[in-house]
Parts: sequence; structure tokens; C-alpha cells
Amino acid sequence: MMLTDITIGQYFPGNSFIHRLDPRTKVIVLLLLIVAIFLLDTPWAYVGLCGFTFLIIRVSGVPLNMMIKSLKPLFWILLFTFLIHLFTTQGDIIWQGWIFSITGQGLKQGVFISIRLVLLILLSSLLTFTTSPIALTDALENLMNPFKRLGLPAHELAMMMTIALRFIPTLLEETDKIMKAQKSRGADFSSGNIVKRLKSLIPILVPLFIGAFRRADELAIAMEARCYRGGANRTRMKVLKIDRIDYVAYSFLAVVLVGLSVLKCSGL
Amino acid sequence: MELIQVEHLSHLYHKDMDHEYKALDDINLTVQEGEFVAIIGTNGSGKSTLAKHFNALLLPTSGICRVAGMETSSEANLWKIRQHIGMVFQNPDNQIVATLVEEDIAFGPENLGVPSEEIKKRVTEALQVVGMEKYRKFAPHLLSGGQKQRVAIAGALAMHTRCLVLDEPTAMLDPIGRAEVMATVKNLHEEAGITIIYITHFMEEAVMADRVVVMKEGQICDQGTPTEIFTQVEKLKKLGLEVPLATEVAAKLRERGISLPPYIITNEELAVCLCQLK
Repeated sequence: MMLTDITIGQYFPGNSFIHRLDPRTKVIVLLLLIVAIFLLDTPWAYVGLCGFTFLIIRVSGVPLNMMIKSLKPLFWILLFTFLIHLFTTQGDIIWQGWIFSITGQGLKQGVFISIRLVLLILLSSLLTFTTSPIALTDALENLMNPFKRLGLPAHELAMMMTIALRFIPTLLEETDKIMKAQKSRGADFSSGNIVKRLKSLIPILVPLFIGAFRRADELAIAMEARCYRGGANRTRMKVLKIDRIDYVAYSFLAVVLVGLSVLKCSGL
Repeated sequence: MELIQVEHLSHLYHKDMDHEYKALDDINLTVQEGEFVAIIGTNGSGKSTLAKHFNALLLPTSGICRVAGMETSSEANLWKIRQHIGMVFQNPDNQIVATLVEEDIAFGPENLGVPSEEIKKRVTEALQVVGMEKYRKFAPHLLSGGQKQRVAIAGALAMHTRCLVLDEPTAMLDPIGRAEVMATVKNLHEEAGITIIYITHFMEEAVMADRVVVMKEGQICDQGTPTEIFTQVEKLKKLGLEVPLATEVAAKLRERGISLPPYIITNEELAVCLCQLK
């Protein structure tokens, strides 16, 4: 796997309806949808939810293969959860072989759980695809602000996230470089058992961490030189504003959620 | 008018410890408003340490450093001084904070509490000055080294700094990136009248300055116009420094008995003088 394949935290610029929503709206909508995903447990409600997810992906203009790519890193977790549910749920046996047995309930559970996970990943990826990381951090800082009084360091957390996001591509590039350098000197990362493979990561991690500490040090000096002194009295270039399209989005979501609840309550 | 005044400045790293190290030793230096000063010296000569004193990232162990009349050692002046003196560092990757070019340039003014509309205006202006308007919405890791350094320069300009201190800004760049950064710096000095303090170990770059300061082992060992400094080929070599290629060639030609005037430090001057030979 190429390291650059990891798409989490990668912004896909655009000007769709979804892109133009206030980032706070998107975060709130995502939270509501996550709750919905876990509350719903009837087939037609899932069909509705999948349809809705597909619809907003199309509206966002993010290419489908990019969305599917975002599922790739979690493929093994998906498969594992599916199999666990498939083989360990009690119920009416529909297939049996050796020590394994599959139940109808197990199959249903496995499919449901997998769909849940896929939807969770797709929706959260959609958020990061359509929202620039900085808008996302702004939104989180803003949404966390009420908890400042309880001692939550909202600004500091947001700044940490910004810097983490900024340095993900840089550190990935560096990892790639270190791996190539080690490979060129005969290091072997892809054979041997798991212990051996984990051990072979040490010569990558040590220089990577040392490099990260050096970067952190230099960045702190550069930030100080640009008058950074925490969140107090700081203004922002982009001011978040809830606009008409946000109300449109909320209304649409309300209709969808009511529809889904009706489906659930009628047991479909 | 003096923008920066340094009087009897000394700086000790790890003071009062076993590995105490004197990085700067009794430095006296004045930089006038609008001047272009290059500081050259080998590794460990103290030039970066000196640069960090200009905007109070380091404070003098003894002596005084004043910026626009304000002493850097007084806490009350700290943020005003840092607004006056913008800094650009060597590694282009480790000084960009935000994930979009425009957001990074806005970082300084945001810290100063400038209102939103004004920040947008400043970002646009700064991008124009460094010729990076097209890259406003780019992620920094997609830019070349030279472009990243220009973003860093724009970030300082957006704070409306009067003086730019550049600490080996081209050391990690390829020749194209170096040329971009040099052209930007030159333009800033000539068009916008911004005071430039340029630390480098590329002598071709120092030639552009109004004044060259040579440092050695924490002391200023020589200063003067580029012509005065670079024509002392033997002395510079003894300090472990290179001389510009044109000067070197001229010196060698003189050894061979070709009479060339003593002031040659740029390729253009060398070319002109060679063409005038009969």
C-alpha cells in the first residue's frame, strides 16, 4: 500500500451545496445521522438511510471511487465484524460445517452491522472531503466554546488539530522517504511473521519521531515570531455564519429523520 | 533613522552550566530603516543567534538590543517588536501553520486581533506582493520550496512588518527556488522600502545587499559594502568563507597578469570588464 493512499483528512475542493454549508451545520448533521444509524434497525429504514447517503454523496460532487477508497483502510475491520456476527449469533441454524454454524439472525446482524460501519465511514469521510480541515477545526472550536467554562481548552484543542492536519501529508512524505532510505540499505518490511514485521518498523519510527520533535520545536518558534499567544484576543479571517442554505439543510434533514422514524415505528 | 540598535550584546547558551557556550560576544550593530544588510559567516558563527535577538525570540545575556527605540528585554514591548520584525526561517515546511495558503498568511494578523475584513484585504495584498495570488486556496504541501518561502514572506508582510529578517531562507531550496526568493526579497526592498536583514552563506546572494556584515565566532569581524568585503579574497578564505564566483575568477586572472579593476563582485561586472580588455 502506498502511504499516499490514505484519504482521511483530505479535502476535495468544490462548490456544491454540501461544500457551501456552514461547517457547524455539517458536524451537527453528522452527529444526528450517527445517532440515527444506531437507533434504526429495520430493513426499509436502512434502505432509506443508504439512499439518503448516496444522494448527499452525489450532491457533494465527490467522485464515488474516492468515497470507496476511504473504505479501504477499514476493510479488514469490516470483514472481521461481519464474520464475528455471522458465526456467533444464536438462533435458527441455516448452515453448518465443522465447528462453525451460521444462523439466520447472525446473517441479518452481520449485514446490518456492516452497513452501519460503512455508512459511518462514508458520512464522516464526506464531512472531511467537503470541509476544509481549517473550517472543520473552526466549527469544532466554535461548538466546544460553551464548554470552555467547564475548563475545556477549546482553542488549544482546535489549534492542535489544525497543526496535526497540516503535518499529516508532510509526515507521510517523510515516512515514505525514510522507508525508501532503509530499503535501499537492505531493510525488509514485507516478509517474516508479525513480530518480525513490527520489529522492522522501529528503524522507521525512531527517525520519524525525532524529526517530528524537531519540526514541533521550529514551528513553535515560527508561531511565536508571528505573535501567537493563545486564543485570547485572537480574531479570525473567516467568520462562521449560519445562512439560508443551512436552514434548508436542517429542514431537509428533519423530513428525512421523521420519515425514517415512521419506517422504524411501523417495523418495516 | 535607526530601526535596530545592538549595543555590547552578548549571549550565552546554557548559562551557569557546565556546557555554557558563548554564542555572541560584544556585538555592536546598527541597522537603518530601509537598509538591506546581509550577514555572512560560517556555521556556528552566531548569525542565527543574532537574528533571533532582533524580534526577541532570544534575549541578550548582557547588553542591549533596541527595535524602533524599544528594548527587547522589556516584556511590555514584546508583541509590538514582533509585529515590526517579521521572520522567515530556513525550513519552509516547519513555519507554515495552516492547511491553506490564505489561512496561513492570515495567521499573523489574526494573532494581532485585526478585524476580519481587514485581514482579507491584507492577505490579498501580501499574495500580490510575492506573486502567489493563484495559489491562495492551495494546500502548503503541494507547493515547491520556493513557493513555500514566498508564502512565509507573505505571512510576515500581512502583519505589516517594517523589517524582514530572513535566516538562510534559500539553504534548503533548489536553484529555481533560490532565484524566486531572491527576486521577491529584492522587490520588497526596492518597491516597498522594507528593511531587509538577510542571513546567508551563499555569497552571490549577499552581493545584492547595501552592506555586508561578516561574523566569526560570535563577533563581527568585518563590515562594509559588498565590493569592500568581497574583494578581500584571501581574508574571506581564511575565515572559511567562499567568495562570489566572479570575484574568484577575477582574482585568478589577475594572478596570471591580466589587469582587471579591483571592484568586480558580480557576473555582470566581470563580463563588462572582460569585454573592455584589449
